[in-house]
Amino acid sequence: MKDGRFLTLGIETSCDETAASVVADGRFAMSNVISSQIDIHTAYGGVVPEIASRKHLERINDVIGKALDDAGVSAGEIDLIGVTYGPGLVGALLIGVAAAKAMAYACDIPLVGVNHMHGHIAANYLEHQELEPPFMALIVSGGHTEIVNVPEYNKCEKLGGTRDDAAGEAFDKVARVIGLGYPGGPKIDRAAKEGDRESIAFKRVYLEQGSLDFSFSGLKTQALNYLNQERQAGREINVNNVAASFQEAVVEVIADKAVMATEKYGQKRIVMAGGVASNSRLRALMEEKAGRKGIDVLKPSPVLCTDNGAMIASAAYYAYRSGAKPDLELDAVPGLEF
Amino acid sequence: MKAIDQDLLLLKNEDDTRALGLRIAEALEPGDVVALIGDLGTGKTALTKYIAEGLGITEEINSPTFTIVKEYRSGRLPLYHFDVYRLGSGDELLDIGAEEMLDGDGVCVIEWADIVADVLPDDALAIRLEYAANEGERTAEFL
Repeated sequence: MKDGRFLTLGIETSCDETAASVVADGRFAMSNVISSQIDIHTAYGGVVPEIASRKHLERINDVIGKALDDAGVSAGEIDLIGVTYGPGLVGALLIGVAAAKAMAYACDIPLVGVNHMHGHIAANYLEHQELEPPFMALIVSGGHTEIVNVPEYNKCEKLGGTRDDAAGEAFDKVARVIGLGYPGGPKIDRAAKEGDRESIAFKRVYLEQGSLDFSFSGLKTQALNYLNQERQAGREINVNNVAASFQEAVVEVIADKAVMATEKYGQKRIVMAGGVASNSRLRALMEEKAGRKGIDVLKPSPVLCTDNGAMIASAAYYAYRSGAKPDLELDAVPGLEF
Repeated sequence: MKAIDQDLLLLKNEDDTRALGLRIAEALEPGDVVALIGDLGTGKTALTKYIAEGLGITEEINSPTFTIVKEYRSGRLPLYHFDVYRLGSGDELLDIGAEEMLDGDGVCVIEWADIVADVLPDDALAIRLEYAANEGERTAEFL
């Protein structure tokens, strides 16, 4: 406690970010330290777990220390620790979980495990102070494409998800194929702004009538077939047009399904989360399609879309308030479901 | 693993891929490794889905690229589905704790297996998937 405010330390190491943050009353980020590893990964064209876990280990203590310093609080003033325990890379998760357990034990602070996906949704509680459940959430990232009904704090009901590749993964793979490199999401977003999104007719995959699931694997094959066909015909490939047309085929289906789910469940708001929620075209299309149905779209700022400790702290706060039992025996669960 | 007596298969459509997946699944025994090699879009994940179906796995099999490996335990044998696209070498595979799974109680299906070939067992069932002449067709070569 400090000045009557409940302080939660959030720790996140599920993938390639070592991150920690102090959040007051579940809503106000007093610090938000993210030690991005993007430079290290670029050479490999993806997330390298061996490097990731070693880097987490090297950085975790400094990152936690800086999160406390930036917030101007001491470890003794922390009321609750929240840590991501899944889903993610096992070696990476273990570093955060071990650090959180050690600190919880040494300082006698309650510890709760947080599902990384709940964290992404909670990022919006930090961004939008007035936001309370119920609402619909759309989580789009490198590993996930999910539509989730959120009837109350700490309650998430998954309505649909990807049957093959996640949206961010499709961006990464197609970016690699057309020579844009890693990270694919931002690079395709940028290239697409210079391209014509109607120049190539990539098929939209809606699956069965009414389905809230996604399939992006076929789109990647379509893009490859298109490139081969153009190369064989000796035609020059306009990378910006491929990027724009591909992106449109992905984001149009996502926006349509998110709006469909929101209407079906009678919700008035869609909350976006995850790295791909930063995609400028997805943001614009969501506003357009939801707006027509009188549905509000809430978006976190880009820093809260990426993996961060603040969102984990916020989710931990609401889990604890909803009665989650503190657990010093917490284990990493790489394949954790909703 | 019970031997699969075949060198090269033409997979004309998804049904052919499914038939191959089911056949492989039937032959699998604990500790087996299926090494899938092939470019983006050649059907590695699709084949894995059908191997899983043949093992009686009921969970949705989706891409493990992000977390490198996903485990499924609802079938006849546990399935460890790897996608090592993001890795640089076999050592990195061992660094994420894969040894336990490779020598384990279940079967491993590894996409982009050529990247980690140096740490895979010699008796792994290696299959190269390639684009065939006609759109939608693939070849499966048993190496």
